Amino acid sequence: MSEAGLGQRGAGPVRVFLVDDHQFFLSGLRAELGAQFAIVGAAADADSAIEGIRRTQPDVVLLDVHLPGGGGRAVLEAVRQSHPEIRFLALSVSDAADDVIGVIRAGARGYVTKSISPPELASAIRRVHGGDAVFSPRLAGFVLDAFHGELTTPLDPELDLLTAREREVLRHIARGFTYKEVARRLHLSVKTVETHVSSVLRKLQLSSRHELTRWASDRRLV
Amino acid sequence: MFPRSRRNRLFTGVAGGLGERLGVEPALMRIAFVVLAIAGGAGLALYLGALALSYEDDPSARPSRPAPAPRPPAMRSTLALVLVVVGSLLLARTIGLWFGDKTMWAVTLAALGTAVIWARGEDEERTGPGGRLPANANPLEAVLAGSRAALPRVALGGLLVAAGMGYVLVTGGVLGTLSNALPAIAVTAAGLTLIFGPWTMQLARQLGEERRSRIRSEERAEVAAHLHDSVLHTLALIQRADAPLEVVTLARRQERELRTWLYGQDPQAPVAAGRRQRLGAAVEALASKIEELYTIKADAVVVGDEPLDERSRAVLLACQEAAVNAAKHSGAPLVSVYVEAEPEALTAYVRDQGKGFDPESIPPDRHGIADSIRGRIQRQGGTVTIASEPGAGTEVTLTIPRPREGR
Repeated sequence: MSEAGLGQRGAGPVRVFLVDDHQFFLSGLRAELGAQFAIVGAAADADSAIEGIRRTQPDVVLLDVHLPGGGGRAVLEAVRQSHPEIRFLALSVSDAADDVIGVIRAGARGYVTKSISPPELASAIRRVHGGDAVFSPRLAGFVLDAFHGELTTPLDPELDLLTAREREVLRHIARGFTYKEVARRLHLSVKTVETHVSSVLRKLQLSSRHELTRWASDRRLV
Repeated sequence: MFPRSRRNRLFTGVAGGLGERLGVEPALMRIAFVVLAIAGGAGLALYLGALALSYEDDPSARPSRPAPAPRPPAMRSTLALVLVVVGSLLLARTIGLWFGDKTMWAVTLAALGTAVIWARGEDEERTGPGGRLPANANPLEAVLAGSRAALPRVALGGLLVAAGMGYVLVTGGVLGTLSNALPAIAVTAAGLTLIFGPWTMQLARQLGEERRSRIRSEERAEVAAHLHDSVLHTLALIQRADAPLEVVTLARRQERELRTWLYGQDPQAPVAAGRRQRLGAAVEALASKIEELYTIKADAVVVGDEPLDERSRAVLLACQEAAVNAAKHSGAPLVSVYVEAEPEALTAYVRDQGKGFDPESIPPDRHGIADSIRGRIQRQGGTVTIASEPGAGTEVTLTIPRPREGR
């Protein structure tokens, strides 16, 4: 299944590993991504995904959130320990808050729903590969919601609060603007917008705000 | 050493813990202790000994110390327990720890009867129509809930208990005086029936109701899981495919409906029953209504939530008007609705990336924007900004500040 030798690390096309238990969807992904990326492997359950990812060492893993054998979270936790350099983009038919926040808290660098268009998906993969975060409007909305309101005593102001700028950037993403449009409207460079979003991602993953902790503990992430 | 049970706990969980460890119904363990306690208090001593030997089960420490899994009640270990109890009774009798044969026979008969009621074959668990009953279900509940297999067993047990009581009555010479007491007993029984009859009936009905709703929610979860794996995926696939816009819209609408049905509130629940609708749900509903009426994708994101009041209702209706305009005139495939409920203001954005228009060129007498959007918001003390350029899409911004003294 692995097309070994197609693209070395750091050069050539981005090496992508697909994890999805829905065969139709998997073959669809293969077909549409195959032209632009090197699909180095695919798996339909958590265990074979962990094994396959460790073996092929892809650049980006496209990870279904709902998987037999522990879900996408199990894969994330197993692989991120040994291979922190592999980036994960979560993909799911569900955009329920706990699914989204849960998988991001576990270490995914972005979250898209399965109804995303092929070109959008391709650009999301590239973005994640480049080290940036991918926030859908809905995810941005969840984050704003979770960081909504003031904390009387933030445990760690560095992590528990969003800056005014970050809030503004997220608000624009939630309103449906692309990163490029956000940059233009706020008179920033695209790079700066990406930095803000990445910083929000970091806060999302590390903050101990109780809303996030609750989401996380509901899904036994802490 | 064994853990005291957390689930099967009447006093300390000793009987439950022992039962789980040995594979005996906890209720039987309790009966054994009671019977032995009557035999000169031996059961009490045993119970205290077992309490000393047991430890509190700490679920948080479980990973480090894998506790043996509780054994399901099995016929063989139940039989063994009965033999041990009978043996102990005989032993107690020989060494004189005994209240006399009469009492003990009666007690033993009654205990046996109770044990028969509580003993449950594994086969019954599976075959009975009450196969969905939880493992620790009350046998009376099983009978009430319509488990046919439990009925003869409970009847036999009841007979044994009655025999034990009758034995006391007969041997105690009570029977002679019974004819005098008979009317009194009958009256008392009738009274008790009057008191507890309706209550028992109600309990039975309630149990049946609970069981039905449990089954219903289990089935619902099963269906939800299946639909999630199959239909939602198919609908997502259709939306990604190069299908005509109408088909995509249809798939999206179906997905939204299905999702609401699966994960939202119970569709059977009375929505209009005086319960206040909330802003978040209302905005979602608005988006699906737009998708239903027009071939456009409507994305809704809501930050913060609150019960709908006059203010948020105005925002909602203005949003709807703006989104309908976008659907009708912009030609864009997507309209994004974003609503933010903050302590100081209620803000909404409706945005499309369609062909846009020159806001100056709209005649002031056009009703849509003038009444439905501006008028509505301004009456609530809010402001409306419409940013649009030909070719660059449109964004309508609605803001209603909240009064100081307000919530």
